[in-house]
Amino acid sequence: MRQKTLKLVVTFHTTTAAMAMESACTAAGLPGRLIPVPREITAGCGMSWKAEPSDRAALEAFVKEKGITVAGWYELML
Amino acid sequence: MIYLDNAATTQKKPPQVLEAVVEALQSIGNSSRGTHGGALRSARSVFNTRANLAKLFNAPGPEQVIFTTNATEALNIAINGLFHQGDHVITTALEHNSVLRPLFRLEDEGIIELSIVPADKRGCVDYEDFSRLIRPNTRAIVCTHASNLTGNALDLMKIGEIVQEKGFLLVVDSSQGAGVLPLDMEAMHISVLCFTGHKGLMGPQGTGGLCVARDVEIRPFKVGGSGVQSYSRTHPEEMPTRLEAGTLNGHGIAGLGAGVEFLLETGISTIHARETELAKRFYEGVKDVPGVTLYGDFSSWNRTAVVTLNIGDYDSGEVSDALWEDYEIATRPGAHCAPLMHQALGTVEQGAVRFSFSWFNTEEEVDTAIKAIKELAQ
Repeated sequence: MRQKTLKLVVTFHTTTAAMAMESACTAAGLPGRLIPVPREITAGCGMSWKAEPSDRAALEAFVKEKGITVAGWYELML
Repeated sequence: MIYLDNAATTQKKPPQVLEAVVEALQSIGNSSRGTHGGALRSARSVFNTRANLAKLFNAPGPEQVIFTTNATEALNIAINGLFHQGDHVITTALEHNSVLRPLFRLEDEGIIELSIVPADKRGCVDYEDFSRLIRPNTRAIVCTHASNLTGNALDLMKIGEIVQEKGFLLVVDSSQGAGVLPLDMEAMHISVLCFTGHKGLMGPQGTGGLCVARDVEIRPFKVGGSGVQSYSRTHPEEMPTRLEAGTLNGHGIAGLGAGVEFLLETGISTIHARETELAKRFYEGVKDVPGVTLYGDFSSWNRTAVVTLNIGDYDSGEVSDALWEDYEIATRPGAHCAPLMHQALGTVEQGAVRFSFSWFNTEEEVDTAIKAIKELAQ
């Protein structure tokens, strides 16, 4: 398996919110990509946005500006 | 074939709709089921279609756009999910059975009280009747955007003013108007806008949906697989997942998305102007033909590109069949799932032959149809 490093993980209540995140970040050139929600956050399914912990401040400001509903912010070894 | 049954389904679609469906059939996975390339491709297509529909209808946002298989399913979700015991609902005689039957069922079950704004012999309503029918327990107006039988549009700005003033809900069946007439959820104070994908929106059959205003709560009609919150006993509460369960029609929605993009690029007013030009040409060509009776109000062209007629007292099915057999012209005869409108127009027994035009019809096709009507009326 891949070597684990600390990552920022942003979760959402719906796939639509996750897609809004991807669409807005792609358009704005912000970093990250969609991954399955890690089980450390919640067992089950769904999409989350993975980025570097150093991107957190920029992403927090960005989702606020765009009105994207985020369920939670996490930093995990992935 | 000359296809003049576009109010039933638009047969010719923009080429990008066909391309989008073929591409989706060859490449997409299941939206909201994992994050591999195929699943994301589907999720992106679904999201983009929601966003473009929200733009087209000035809906609150992509998360308020719900996909269904057609307008009938959307109307059933809205009508059965909004009303409570003792609510009074106002509808109109212009409605299709997709509005009337869900309302009649709730009325027959003793859940709602129902009042119907009548239509005159031309199929038009008196807007004062909406106010006259209001009761203390009135909760909503449920109405069509335009009659599928005559093509005449209801003035949704006017009806929107009534619901805003009184605090009612407004549920609109936009099956005939979406894609050809202006629709603005915010300006018209529409609570729930139900649409179908395969008519004016130029998408494939099996697509449709509803756009829901933010402050409107609809009880979910179905629950099940959602791709999120799998270990919860209950279906997610957040929109749009709240009102969607099971795999979406990703292939169809890709086509619908391409259709809506075509509409946004072309412009609704441009499409309406072109379709009106064709309908007007046909109307002018047949209106004075002896034996031809036209239905509806042609005093203004705030209407869809529908011209409905009969020839003498011939069965409308016989006329439509002759048009098909002798001229290869496709039209819709008989009763058009709008029983109260047929009563108003006096066409319950005879039915009526509906000619409905689209962006893709031509003047030559219209002229052939005029010639056919002239010959059949002799």
